[in-house]
Amino acid sequence: MSSPTQPAQYGFAERWLPRLVLAPSFLLTLIFIYGFITWNGYLSFTSSRLLPSFNWAGLTQYHALFALERWWVAVKNLFIFGGLFIGGAMAIGIALAILLDQKIRAEGALRTIYLYPMALSFIVTGTAWKWMLNPGLGLEKLMHDWGFTNFTFDWLVNSDMSIYTVVIAGLWQSSGFVMALFLAGLRGIDDSIIKAAQIDGASLPRIYWKIILPALRPVFFSTLMILSHIAIKSFDLVVALTGGGPGFASDVPATFMYAMAFTRGQMGLGAASATMMLMTVAAMVVPYLYSELRRSRNA
Amino acid sequence: MPKFWRGVVYSALLLAALYYLLPLYVMVITSVKTMDQIRAGNLLSFPTSISFDAWSKAWSSACTGVECGGLKPFFWNSVRMVIPAVLISTSLGALNGYILSKWRFPHSELTFALILFGVFIPFQVVLLPMAQTLGWFGIARSVTGLVFVHCVFGLASTTLFFRNYYVGIPDELIKAARLDGAGFWRIFFRIVLPMSTPIVMVVLIWQFTQIWNDFLFGVVFSSGDSQPITVGLNNLANTSTTVKEYNVDMSAALIAALPTILVYVFAGKYFVRGLTAGAVKG
Repeated sequence: MSSPTQPAQYGFAERWLPRLVLAPSFLLTLIFIYGFITWNGYLSFTSSRLLPSFNWAGLTQYHALFALERWWVAVKNLFIFGGLFIGGAMAIGIALAILLDQKIRAEGALRTIYLYPMALSFIVTGTAWKWMLNPGLGLEKLMHDWGFTNFTFDWLVNSDMSIYTVVIAGLWQSSGFVMALFLAGLRGIDDSIIKAAQIDGASLPRIYWKIILPALRPVFFSTLMILSHIAIKSFDLVVALTGGGPGFASDVPATFMYAMAFTRGQMGLGAASATMMLMTVAAMVVPYLYSELRRSRNA
Repeated sequence: MPKFWRGVVYSALLLAALYYLLPLYVMVITSVKTMDQIRAGNLLSFPTSISFDAWSKAWSSACTGVECGGLKPFFWNSVRMVIPAVLISTSLGALNGYILSKWRFPHSELTFALILFGVFIPFQVVLLPMAQTLGWFGIARSVTGLVFVHCVFGLASTTLFFRNYYVGIPDELIKAARLDGAGFWRIFFRIVLPMSTPIVMVVLIWQFTQIWNDFLFGVVFSSGDSQPITVGLNNLANTSTTVKEYNVDMSAALIAALPTILVYVFAGKYFVRGLTAGAVKG
């Protein structure tokens, strides 16, 4: 028991109890996050195929990975998907947020509509878009019925285009989320700055471009982090929409890893690709986390 | 703003609303059409008559690979998975957040950072070791195994949510309680927890949505009679039958989406708060 005159003095139990209660979670993190990352890293240096083996194989798996066309297709697709998905979601989301910020009637209802896809599973989204984009009875038939008889849309089964269908469905699902983030950011901006600029005769687009958007830089960065994170982890949407196909034309690293590790008996290769994914994420997240924690400490 | 521009703004917003709503409209009308109607009409054409056959087939008799029992067993697997996983990961997160914000100890910030990193890792990196470990524990390919996995990998985000919320509770309140002789548990249950209703709602809903919608863990760590609904839906939609029954696919997709949509409709406020809080602060 701490005496009232010395509140800073914790008793023995009080000093150790918090650490004891936190210990299980901390241990779980150490084992199942850091331990498993190490374990996976080790697997990637072995010759494991169908079953894990502990034969040290050096960089063999990485050499094999980098020599594999399918891996580079997956990496290229991640760049295509990531670039268009992040850029598109940002553009749509920011535009909607700015429009919604104009004292709109029924703003709440519109916001609810824009954001509901975020509550759906990517598998649901993928299944729905697979039906709408299917070359037989989907979009193509609709356009034919509307009189565009020459309209063809075969992206789902076209090796060169299938990754773009993932972009379309991904944008539908996630752009409302960007809207919500930026709208929250816009609402946090001090009105007096805007009023002052208006008195100075600045036009509304100019105020947004020169004053408001620059002030939203932190929102921009955290949104960028989240979207790139969704992009790198994207697995479900690709599986549900294209299954990585045709062939492996719309593979991304996440589906590549799953195929190698769990269906094709190439465990070492799967582990190596997972490590590559982790390194990509870590290269972005570690500096970000570091700066965030520093800022919160200085604040 | 001039009237003309207001008109432009409203049209753009309504057009966007249409874009988000159309897929849902297509799903719903397709699910109540017969295959003949689907072939005769197009994506947007209104059903000439309403039939729930596709719904009942999706629920109880559609083929998901070799089995033909519909989504029902998968749905109940998801229910049995999501309830314990959400409750356990939320409770642990609340305690962790309470400790990391109100009972700081040497290196507690580092501990927090180490736990926080778990929010960001691509889970591919833990799949292979986890599959092996679940086997050792004897809970591979079971709902229990999935509950365990979701608890472990949900800890990072639940801890983050609670910690960021509890930082906002004034330290003076805790100090005053300590002066009155209240200890660790008493302060948590009598003071902190009663103030936590909003954040508890946010985290419960967040975890529910995440776990219900998860596909990666479901497809890797379960098989046969322990698979969750997302895996069931994906199997159903990719099972090749002679005729692709889009009405059954859409009914199945709606069945899988219904629980999270209901949560969104009735507690959307907390869902949105979770999304933005996790992003802006994390």
